[in-house]
Amino acid sequence: MAVCIAVIAKENYPLYIRSVPTQGELKFHYTVHTSLDVVEEKISGVGKALADQRELYLGLLYPTEDYKVYGYVTNSKVKFVIVVDSSNTSLRDNEIRSMFRKLHNSFTDVMCNPFYNPGDPIQSKAFDSIVSTMMVQAC
Amino acid sequence: MCAGDQNLFTSLYGSLTQQLSREPMEWRRSYGRAPKMIYLEANFVQFKEELLPKEGNKALLTFPFLHIYWTDCCDTEVYKASVKEDMQRWQAALRLHGSVDWLIAVVESDNKKKNKTNILPRTSIVDKIRNDFCNKQSDRCVSLCDPLKESSRSQESWSSFLTKLRTLLLMSFTRNLGRFEDDMRTLREKRTEPGWSFCDYFMVQEELAFVFEMLQQFEDALVQYDELDALFTQYVLNFGAGDGANWLGSFCQPVRSWNGLLLRRPIDMEKRDLIQRGEASLLDLRSYLFSRQCTLLIFLQRPWEVTARALELLHNCVQELRLLEVSVVSGALDCWVFLSSLEVLHRIEGCCDCSQLEANSSHTVGLWTYATEKLRSLGDLCGLVSENGPDSEDLNKTVDLLAGLGAERPETMNSPQSPYKKLKEALSSVEAFEKHYLELSHAAMEMYRVNGRLRSARLLGKSLAEFYMRKGDPQSAENFLLDSLKSYVSESWSLPLTHTRKQIAECQKQLQKMDDYLQTSALLASDTNLSDEERRHFCQEILTFASQTAEGKDVCVALSMSSVTRLQELCFRPSSALVHVSAALQLELRLCSLMPVPVTLEQIAVSIHFTQEQPGSTAQKRAAQNQDGTVTFPAASPASASASASALELCEILEHSPSDNTLSSAGVACKNMHLLMRRHDSTTSLDTPNTTPSAVTIEDGAQMLRASDVTLLPGNNSIVFTSQKPGVYTLRQLCATLGRVQLVLPHLYPVVQYEVYSQEPQLSIQPLTEHLLAGLPQQVKFTILTGHYSVKKGDALQLSNTDSMPVLHSSTRSARILSSSSAELVAESALSIQSSEKVTSISLPVTPPYHTLEFLLDVLCHIPSCPARMESERLTNGQISHRTRSRTRFNSGMTLIDQKVSVDCPWSIYSTLVSLTFHVPFKVKHSLLSVGRRKFIQVCLQNVSDTNFRLTNQTLTENQHTPSLELLSLNTTTHSQCVFSVWELRWSGVCPVSLHCEFSASFAPADAPDAALKPYRYDFTLERVTTLYSVRAEIRPAAGEQHCVSGSLCRLEVSVTRLSEAGDSDEDSSDTDGLRSCRLLYEVMDNNSNWAVCGKSSGVVSMPVAAMATHKVHMEVMPLFAGHLPFPNIRVFKYLPHHASAVIPPDTDSCLENDSLSLDDQAETASLRSRGSVQSLGSGESAPRGPMPKRQAFGPGQVFNSTQGQQVLVLPAADHHVMEVNVT
Repeated sequence: MAVCIAVIAKENYPLYIRSVPTQGELKFHYTVHTSLDVVEEKISGVGKALADQRELYLGLLYPTEDYKVYGYVTNSKVKFVIVVDSSNTSLRDNEIRSMFRKLHNSFTDVMCNPFYNPGDPIQSKAFDSIVSTMMVQAC
Repeated sequence: MCAGDQNLFTSLYGSLTQQLSREPMEWRRSYGRAPKMIYLEANFVQFKEELLPKEGNKALLTFPFLHIYWTDCCDTEVYKASVKEDMQRWQAALRLHGSVDWLIAVVESDNKKKNKTNILPRTSIVDKIRNDFCNKQSDRCVSLCDPLKESSRSQESWSSFLTKLRTLLLMSFTRNLGRFEDDMRTLREKRTEPGWSFCDYFMVQEELAFVFEMLQQFEDALVQYDELDALFTQYVLNFGAGDGANWLGSFCQPVRSWNGLLLRRPIDMEKRDLIQRGEASLLDLRSYLFSRQCTLLIFLQRPWEVTARALELLHNCVQELRLLEVSVVSGALDCWVFLSSLEVLHRIEGCCDCSQLEANSSHTVGLWTYATEKLRSLGDLCGLVSENGPDSEDLNKTVDLLAGLGAERPETMNSPQSPYKKLKEALSSVEAFEKHYLELSHAAMEMYRVNGRLRSARLLGKSLAEFYMRKGDPQSAENFLLDSLKSYVSESWSLPLTHTRKQIAECQKQLQKMDDYLQTSALLASDTNLSDEERRHFCQEILTFASQTAEGKDVCVALSMSSVTRLQELCFRPSSALVHVSAALQLELRLCSLMPVPVTLEQIAVSIHFTQEQPGSTAQKRAAQNQDGTVTFPAASPASASASASALELCEILEHSPSDNTLSSAGVACKNMHLLMRRHDSTTSLDTPNTTPSAVTIEDGAQMLRASDVTLLPGNNSIVFTSQKPGVYTLRQLCATLGRVQLVLPHLYPVVQYEVYSQEPQLSIQPLTEHLLAGLPQQVKFTILTGHYSVKKGDALQLSNTDSMPVLHSSTRSARILSSSSAELVAESALSIQSSEKVTSISLPVTPPYHTLEFLLDVLCHIPSCPARMESERLTNGQISHRTRSRTRFNSGMTLIDQKVSVDCPWSIYSTLVSLTFHVPFKVKHSLLSVGRRKFIQVCLQNVSDTNFRLTNQTLTENQHTPSLELLSLNTTTHSQCVFSVWELRWSGVCPVSLHCEFSASFAPADAPDAALKPYRYDFTLERVTTLYSVRAEIRPAAGEQHCVSGSLCRLEVSVTRLSEAGDSDEDSSDTDGLRSCRLLYEVMDNNSNWAVCGKSSGVVSMPVAAMATHKVHMEVMPLFAGHLPFPNIRVFKYLPHHASAVIPPDTDSCLENDSLSLDDQAETASLRSRGSVQSLGSGESAPRGPMPKRQAFGPGQVFNSTQGQQVLVLPAADHHVMEVNVT
């Protein structure tokens, strides 16, 4: 499962970021932040190809030796990033997709909360628990 | 494989191979795969029996697909003798090996035919062969005619031969390929069986790939390799999952060679041999697989896929080696990856031009970065990054690594920039490593920049900075760090931000940039992402610096306060932020300290800016201040970090037209539109630094509010300031001093202001009711705003007394003292009023400054007896300022009296003038009425105020007490609001020219008792009372008529009779003809249009000054209507000749007032006759613009018109007039 899950606002600041505690949190922050480059590249690429506008899943953003970074962007340009351990080969594209879908649903719930102020960091427990189910169960 | 006549074949070989591949064939494939057009190429070899494939042969590439027997035999005898036998032998051999793909080619030539003329028909040999061998497949025998000749016949036979050849070849190929594939699949299905070898299978499937490659079907070839790749990957994964296959053991041998990929050969036979022998390591297999894939992809013109696959492969290999727990010398993989990446890049460069490379740098940059990373880790491993250079252990490692590289391959031997040489050089020395590392890093960063991947570029820059730091070169590191910090700040990624900032702090410390270092430390000390310990460390750094004694140049260091404390709230007491001088204004700051430890500040000061502004204009500026005097400062949230100023600042705009000051337009304008309308997209925001640079300026010279020795505890603190001097102050900066360190908050936003004012004492007197009524005691309210003056004991107000408005002494009054700011009652004390002849003195109670003193006083304003008279009196203090002025307010009909009171105040040497306006509640009117010689005086007294009054006791007296005069009252007593009183004036003898009368009455408010009645006096003068002339008029119908008829002329007789002897001095008389006479101007006119005056309507008559002298004038008038018509107006004036009027100032009022008589119409001589004889009398003297004759009206009682109110009956005219009107 995922080792790091991040939700990034339209303006590219993190709304939510959680990673496996066993590994350096900082490293994931750097990784996710850098992945925004590719997200932006892909978003602007999507803009050109009108046919693919409805596809929110951006696919593999970039692989590193240890991790694979997947991206997803909502219609409101909120970005989801999931980092998966490279050695975890059992995860296929479809599973990543379904993870993103789950994440999106939960995020939508957060947004629907009238007490949530859009743009604030997400502190919802429900969202947190959804993320937990997707994270590596090593902890 | 060719059997038969070898010489014949050799002669045809050239053109055969050439032409075979010239035309494509459609290749139909099994398993529903799409048909393809392919070009066949064949290798022809001489038939040998031992070359025929044995059973179980897997080689497809060298497989004999088609066997051809060549013969040019055209002689039946020869055929029968040898050829047939040879063919049979050949066939038998084929049959033995199960080969069914054969062809017999019979070459015919005309040369041979000519030689043997009597031979059998040409076809017979072919037929014979067909009969002998092709019992079912007649197409297995073809003839070729004159193949070496250029004739159409020859070409035709060639083409049909080739078609046949291709078809057969393809048929055989398809069949054999299908069989091969089936075999291969069978072999693959056996992979779970023990003893199955991946390497063997690999060779089989690769054979297939080779065939496809040979057929130029690179796509299919690639598929074979991809299948192999996937199969192998799956095995590795299964192995990782515990499901190991035995054959995989050979791949798990320790890695001994890491010389990277080799992509310059189409087929790396070395590695292939290793695989074939089952001795290949995992890296060997992967390298070989990739080199094949790479070759095919480049054939397919897909170089960018190579880079993507390469990156994947490299990552994958590292993972797989880890998974398989293959023992690898540390650093060996890094070498391999480095070499491989560069090799791939070189390969790509080799097949693309420069512009293509640049355009697709997004594909290659990953490899560049990866190579950079690996080189870096190699450098770390071999001690090439440290300041001191590698030690012996590091050198040993380097030697080991270099050993694993082996010798350089011959392909790259000659290129000076080969990856192999690069790596070797980089590992050889610190300098060379640095050179190569920087080169790679910069190349990768540049590529990222070009592709717009700034974050990646900066991350790379950051690792470069780390490298510099390790090398002890903080100077070069700083810029990279600051650059990457920028992007984390702008996108508020707190964790990377903190980390980078920590590195910057380290860097700045090494660079001895104290200002920057302290600023960074301040930020870090308040950073919650750090541990308490670290924060304390950075805090201590600041404190240590602060406590150092200043030496030389940099005495003070100014830091931004926002990094360590957050100004949360500011609170004014009193809440209006408006105080008078010497009152205490408290300003409470609520600061949240983000420091981990308590910090003792020597001083904290708010610098304030004094503005000379009108009080009150600041009211709207203080909009940010709440009702309770608090100002809340917005906390910078991460969301608003980039758009902190995005709140709309709206202001109202009202435009007044310049002429009449009416509102012409109203609107709302946004003041910070330039900030809001700025283009705002996420890509640019990465580069716009929105944090204020660390340069913090301290405003000096400004006034300050100070608080000393403040300890800021972690968390919320509140600090109180006080302030005094008058003025409007704007808070500008907040500055905390901490030894040598000053913490400065350069701007306070929103703007906060407070006002300290100083006020002069003020006295105002206001009526308690809406109107002050004259004649009644009225209450007025004295209000004293003490301002800065404090009322001492014995201070008194001196009111100068006036006769017209005395101050009434009433029972003891009390004064109320209110505090001016809150308007609450502070004290109430008795007021003593002493009054002397000229001055009323009110002693005031002791009142502190900035309080309001209020008391009430009763005053009375006398109603003046003559409303129009002006009075002027001299006051005690010598000023002529006490003046009563009356004016009439027309709307209410009340006369106003402005009463000015001069008050001497203890705080000023000047008197204060206060104006009070009283309303006279009554209106009085008098008139003289006459009946013949009898005279009556009517006085009307009317209450015009809202108060009800009782009016009584009207009396009229004559002031001069003329003895012969008697005033006879005709009144009854009334008490109404409006009183009309009439007196008859009787006299004996000569009536006095003027009568001075005095009317008096009593009045009191309607509900007051009789004792409260107050006198009201009204003086007036009557002049020219006696009646001089009596005017009588008579209208008679025309002669012979009984009644006046409308439309017909009537006679009007006017008789003016003098009633009294001349006695008036003012009467103009002239002595003409020895008699005293007086000239009168009469005028008949009808304003109601009842009458038309025919002939002259006016004229001048000369009246002798004698009693009962009568003058009659006749004229004709025509009634215009029927009915009882009033008489036309007859007016009589005194006529003054021009010489007399030249002396008198021209009285324009009486000159040209209200008549049709135009006196200055001199030129109109034609109208003279009709208009009368006025001009004819003075026509000789009248110059065009000279003095003119005047007329003067008589006084109201001097002319008595006895026909006033009389009417005459006028009958309607006869009908025919009406008829006439109807006809016309």
